[in-house]
Amino acid sequence: MSADSMKDASRRDFLLHAATAVGVAGAAAAAWPFIDSLNPAADTRALSSIEVDLAPIAVGMAITVKWRGKPVFIRHRTAAEIAAAESVEVDDLRDPQPDSARVTKPGWLILVGVCTHLGCVPLGQKPADPRGDFGGWFCPCHGSHYDTSGRIRKGPAPKNLEVPQYTFLTDTTVRIG
Amino acid sequence: MSAPGKLDKALDWFDSRLPIISLMKHSAVEYPTPKNLNYWWNFGSLAGFMLVMMIATGLFLAMQYTPHVDMAFNSVERIMRDVNYGWLIRYLHMNGASMFFVVVYIHVFRGLYYGSYKPPRELLWWIGLVILLLMMGTAFMGYVLPWGQMSLWGATVITNLFSAFPVVGEHIVTLLWGGFSVDNPTLNRFFVLHFLLPFAILGVVVLHVWALHTVKSNNPLGIDVNGPQDTIPFHPYYTVKDFFGIGVFLIVYAVFVFWYPNVLGHPDNYIPANPMVTPPHIVPEWYFLPFYAILRAVPDKLMGVLAMFGAILILFALPWIDSSPVRSGTFRPWFKKAFWLFVIDCFVLGYAGAMPAEGVWITVGRIAAGYYFLHFLVILPLLARFEKTLPLPESIAAPVLKGTAAAALALIAFIAAPGPAHASEGAALRQQSWSWQGAFGAYDEAQLRRGYQVYREVCSACHSMNLVHFRNLSRLGYTEDAVKEFAASYQVADGPDDNGDMFDRKGLPSDRFPAPFPNEQAAKAANGGAAPPDLSLIVKAREGGPDYVFSLLTGFAPQPPDHELPPGKYYNTVFPGNAISMPPQISDGVVEYADGTADNAEQIARDVTAFLQWAAEPELEERHAMGVKVVLFLFVFTALFYALKRRVWASVH
Ligand code: FES
Repeated sequence: MSADSMKDASRRDFLLHAATAVGVAGAAAAAWPFIDSLNPAADTRALSSIEVDLAPIAVGMAITVKWRGKPVFIRHRTAAEIAAAESVEVDDLRDPQPDSARVTKPGWLILVGVCTHLGCVPLGQKPADPRGDFGGWFCPCHGSHYDTSGRIRKGPAPKNLEVPQYTFLTDTTVRIG
Repeated sequence: MSAPGKLDKALDWFDSRLPIISLMKHSAVEYPTPKNLNYWWNFGSLAGFMLVMMIATGLFLAMQYTPHVDMAFNSVERIMRDVNYGWLIRYLHMNGASMFFVVVYIHVFRGLYYGSYKPPRELLWWIGLVILLLMMGTAFMGYVLPWGQMSLWGATVITNLFSAFPVVGEHIVTLLWGGFSVDNPTLNRFFVLHFLLPFAILGVVVLHVWALHTVKSNNPLGIDVNGPQDTIPFHPYYTVKDFFGIGVFLIVYAVFVFWYPNVLGHPDNYIPANPMVTPPHIVPEWYFLPFYAILRAVPDKLMGVLAMFGAILILFALPWIDSSPVRSGTFRPWFKKAFWLFVIDCFVLGYAGAMPAEGVWITVGRIAAGYYFLHFLVILPLLARFEKTLPLPESIAAPVLKGTAAAALALIAFIAAPGPAHASEGAALRQQSWSWQGAFGAYDEAQLRRGYQVYREVCSACHSMNLVHFRNLSRLGYTEDAVKEFAASYQVADGPDDNGDMFDRKGLPSDRFPAPFPNEQAAKAANGGAAPPDLSLIVKAREGGPDYVFSLLTGFAPQPPDHELPPGKYYNTVFPGNAISMPPQISDGVVEYADGTADNAEQIARDVTAFLQWAAEPELEERHAMGVKVVLFLFVFTALFYALKRRVWASVH
């Protein structure tokens, strides 16, 4: 091979690599809009907060509201339920968390009503529902028991019921999300 | 170097059990290709590229689209406004259909010129025509899906073609519709078929390529390959050349997608479908216009339909019609002239198809339609018998023709040039210069805010804006709190509550602008029988866009003495028919601007037009900004592949 044709070949290789790199980078960049189109759209994102009026919920009662397509449990806890939740030895829990870290006002427990095992909706909202061994919720799918703070106490679920982000706008209205 | 050795072994192991790697290598790498192919041969791979593009964008659109008459239109608008990059994917798809047809038509005309339908390539040609027919069906059904006025009425007209057939016609049409008019069942099945057919096309494309690789590529000289000295392997020579071609093509495509996304469509399709009102000019998409012209050229319903189908079916007979043994038009002096006349004839047909079927256009359409068939039925058979062809070269190795990419691009530009499709009525529009025009055009936030004030204080008394939400107002530069305040100043019906009652509540940012009337009937009743149109898309839904809206708002004039005005109508110079139900609304000082802008009628009309433009195309600024980046990137990409192509081909020339 002459020096000239060597030079030609290396120039060609350089062009080949540059062109391929630019092509691959372009294809990768072009993929992003397609992938991102599958993420929640602007209208879905705009609906991600709701306001709930708590005034009608008597002590001992619970309501379920829909937030981001999921049930949210709002329970107006009794003094006994609060006491039970607060007296638990935190270190013994599977997912250790004191009750105080899970509520802003002890009377109001607000949880995402989705079992942390595989996503069923636990029972315990209606007066006639089974509430499990710890007086909170019972997930019928595979038998997870949650206590009056929504913490996992027994069964296969690994985590406590999730507490959504919320703020009290007044004493009796709360914004979730 | 042990790693590649292992990899090779693994590949060999795989390939000896499923020879897919050697198949790919055989057909995309080693495939011996004539060394003299010119740039017209790029359009085959471009068509393949477009098919992939259409399937990819289509899949992602289908994940967001709702095929129901009540929801289809709004679901498309949701894709345009709310889905992340939805506007990009939809405009790629919508303009992609046009680009696909440009590419395929050039591919077909290339075959016509170079005699690619002659033995041994008849089957290859027929398979290609089947692809074309499938594409036409797919494109037609796709156009129905947005469920605008042109969707509905295009579907009605095209499906009614089948009613021309005696006895069975009506039954076929009812069967296609699944009802007694184009309605929800029709939309639903068209969606399914529009989804399915591209995969059928993909399958037939595999057959097309298979047949091609069996009979091998034709070439500009139209003579057979004599031996290995006439061919080069497909890779790297033609892969590199195809990538360069894709780069050039993508630049053209990008200009449409990012700056002229609607220029090939019809404004009427941004009006939701209405089975009670037909738009004044029904025109199919440009790629059907020549056939549409042939349909209209024949004054008899059945014969017109047969002529239209015949115009495509006759291409199947081409291997017999043109029996000249010389393939390439290069060596057929008379054929060459006839070919170009035929190309011109197709453009004339397309033009005539776009014009209203009146006056001189009827005659032009008839002559051009007649010539179309004359070309196939008389000129080609005669040429095949009597033409004295030029001597053919001995081999391909001798002359290598120069490329004609520029000509191809000029052709794309010509086809794509904004068509004459719409005859506009009324006085000339007052052309304004708007801030959002041009490659870098963007909105003027202060103007949009003024325009919103005009809408809120004047227009919103009668006109809804169903597709715009309060949350969108943050794009006008309002803070989150200001947006909430605007929303909260309206009462919005909601419910039912826990007792089953409907109730009013304060508006939220996620609410749409409330409509002034509870339903269309109420809107009609309150406005002398003419419901004020929703304004969300008004700029996109009118020929002339913002200039039309501005001219209309400022176009009220005293009624000329010789002009009859029906009761309850107002004289307007640009409104079709000059009689509009809307009284003049914009006058000096009708709103008071807080920012000190002069509040004369012209300024107010211009501001509200800008606001309506934004409402119709909220994605415009993002689109322009992305377009600039994409085109810059494509220039680099194309230049690199051009340089590489020259290097790779240096040894061949
Ligand atoms: S999902 Fe609740 S226990 Fe399995």
